[in-house]
Amino acid sequence: MSLPILKFDAVVVGGGGAGLRASLQLSEAGVKTVVLSKVFPTRSHTAAAQGGISASFGNSEEDNWHWHMYDTVKGADWLGDQDAIEFMCKQATDAVAELEHYGMPFDRLDNGKIYQRPFGGHMADFGKKPVRRACAVADRTGHAMLHALYQRNVKAQTHFFVEWMALDLIRDKAGDVVGVTALEMETGQVYIIHAKAVLFATGGSGRIYQASTNAFINTGDGVGMALRAGLPVEDIEFWQFHPTGLAGAGVLITEGVRGEGGYLLNANGERFMERYAPTAKDLASRDVVSRAMQVEINEGRGCGTNKDYVLLKLDHLGADVIDQRLPGIREISIQFLGIDPVKQPIPVVPTCHYMMGGIPTNYKGEVLDGVDEKIVKGFYAAGECACASVHGANRLGTNSLLDLVVFGKSAGNSVIEFVKTMSDHKELPENAGQYSLERMAKLESTTGEKVADVRFAMQVCMQQHASVFRTQKVLDDGVMKMREIYERAKNVVIEDKSTVFNTARVEALEFLNTVEVALATMVAAAARTESRGAHAREDFPDRNDEVWMKHTLYYRDGQKLEYKEVHTEPLTVDYIPPAKRVY
Amino acid sequence: MAKKMKFSIYRYNPEKDAKPYFKDIEVEIGDHDKKLLNALVKIKDDLDDSLSFRRSCREGVCGSDAMSINGRNGLACLTDLADLKEPVVLAPIPGLPVIRDLIVDMTQFFHQYNSIKPYVIDDRPMPERERLQSPEDRKELDGVIECILCACCSTSCPSFWWNPDKFLGPAALLHAYRFLADSRDQATNERLDDLNDPYRLFRCHTIMNCVDVCPKHLNPTKAISRIKETMLARQV
Repeated sequence: MSLPILKFDAVVVGGGGAGLRASLQLSEAGVKTVVLSKVFPTRSHTAAAQGGISASFGNSEEDNWHWHMYDTVKGADWLGDQDAIEFMCKQATDAVAELEHYGMPFDRLDNGKIYQRPFGGHMADFGKKPVRRACAVADRTGHAMLHALYQRNVKAQTHFFVEWMALDLIRDKAGDVVGVTALEMETGQVYIIHAKAVLFATGGSGRIYQASTNAFINTGDGVGMALRAGLPVEDIEFWQFHPTGLAGAGVLITEGVRGEGGYLLNANGERFMERYAPTAKDLASRDVVSRAMQVEINEGRGCGTNKDYVLLKLDHLGADVIDQRLPGIREISIQFLGIDPVKQPIPVVPTCHYMMGGIPTNYKGEVLDGVDEKIVKGFYAAGECACASVHGANRLGTNSLLDLVVFGKSAGNSVIEFVKTMSDHKELPENAGQYSLERMAKLESTTGEKVADVRFAMQVCMQQHASVFRTQKVLDDGVMKMREIYERAKNVVIEDKSTVFNTARVEALEFLNTVEVALATMVAAAARTESRGAHAREDFPDRNDEVWMKHTLYYRDGQKLEYKEVHTEPLTVDYIPPAKRVY
Repeated sequence: MAKKMKFSIYRYNPEKDAKPYFKDIEVEIGDHDKKLLNALVKIKDDLDDSLSFRRSCREGVCGSDAMSINGRNGLACLTDLADLKEPVVLAPIPGLPVIRDLIVDMTQFFHQYNSIKPYVIDDRPMPERERLQSPEDRKELDGVIECILCACCSTSCPSFWWNPDKFLGPAALLHAYRFLADSRDQATNERLDDLNDPYRLFRCHTIMNCVDVCPKHLNPTKAISRIKETMLARQV
């Protein structure tokens, strides 16, 4: 069966922060571009980011990008690539100013400058004391940013295919990327999008876990597609557990609460973070705070009947501050738990939040294959689906939104340059699209398991075997179970066979991506016998730089692992050598 | 305690249904199923994978899951099951073409939004850093920028039902006000000229359904009257 072919110079897959920043760059440069998005762009998960976007403006107190870079390197537990980190931190003020110029409605200081609040791991003077670096729009920063970027794309007349899902990468014999297959949900039609360049901005995959702050759409589509196309995924064992997910509901409560002066309490009413991080206290890195909370819970100092959560206290901030700076989380807390934080503390638990790993790229957004980092021609990635790697083993709060705009733009610029060198499209391989059609046909089979059942098994397995604390036994069991689940996933079917807006089919195709991410995570985690950032091994409690200061590469074929070196040469400044990570 | 809840859901699949119909379904509600969206996901996962609806963030910030819930527009993810009278009647948000089940074609809605030039217009050279804006000027945008474009308001507005192609509707007008109210925007006159039309703006008859249903507790009617005031002030 031959599929209809649509031709563009560039296709951006994903319409969240990174995709929209990239498409803006491309549209303004006049590159014939289309953005594919599973949802209308303003429905992307960037909208759920709350606390802020980091940039060392120093609007309230002295700050500079060197300190921001140091914090990011340290936050990443020295697994970040320092060239990419320097690039991002140095660009931050320009990138955020640009957002302001686009109309993003930042909160303001009395002098008219952007309001900045303290955040976890943001420190002045190379880790000495907390600094106000997070530029905020109340606690709705991501929403404001996403809308501003969409609005600017309206101005630039960006071309969107809304409610289209990319299915597979198309690579030619040389391994170059020449397009994607994609499903138009409304009609059920599959197309080949033939492009000179493909830019993935497909977001995260937090839905591999049972409890997650992530939206339903965060299903790791980009990573799944890259893995199926034979490319590796980097550092996928590193998942951030956000300290303050709403207990029971999983919904995010921003770190900005602690930035504004809130703090955590155990069942004894003790402000326990003082014991774990004497200087930064509740504003230590997220991995540090999440582990501390889990220890408190594990040692019986959790709150509630089941002693399974801790409390986030902020009533002392007063109704005025809460309504001005944190109105969204007040609303969420009342909505989902019936608790008004103006009067009562909020029950919170560490909750899966962010995928530090992803498709390997350099700071230009070019996708890299293998230990020798060979550039994959025609393929670019940015945002959460990519691993540049700026977040290393643990991401700092607010660096995610920054990552989206800095690397969205930089990947966009790389595409512009690349497209200029391509007088014409490379030819499509003969069988382009066949693989996607076969994968879809399999779902139509009359015998097999329900997607929801296998997906649930995967989420439970991840939750039990790859959580905040990990051991060899628990991980090995997890690998075994996940391999079984992966086999079961090969036989999932849908009952609904119709063509028009078949969300059962979409969910099945999403799950086939998600399960790739889950298995990759488990295999990579079981292999890393050290503790670094968010990967905390009870049986290997220390970081082991001699053996493990290296990036994991996982390949789908044979579930193979390779390791490549961390970039230790920043672009212009001195290397920041590993040190003990104390907050 | 688990208990069963009854739903009556609008169903329409253009491939096989000559016309839409309501289908009754019962689903077991668990202790953690607090919101309507939980029940819908459960129906789709356990009972009928063909039930079609949009959803994403499940926390009221993405605006995907607007629907008519017992006759009133709202977001499934923010609606407490405990507050709903049974059978819970679910239908697509009214006034837009139905694609399938609870999924409507929102082209017209977004077309109106795009038509108000939803971006700050300021052609002056940009400073290297941020433009300055006083906290007071910034405050003008509160109660407006929280909009999630869910369309609960516009699709509850009779004026929008009758003239979705000519009347901007409350959501687009709220945004029209957002840019008029932004001290950084330099296109006030141009924006007012565009709005000064018997349909685009003046089809609002202050019925105020929009205010009633907004899941973010915003007030499009107030924004609309502020636009009219600004327009009047310009004429004087």
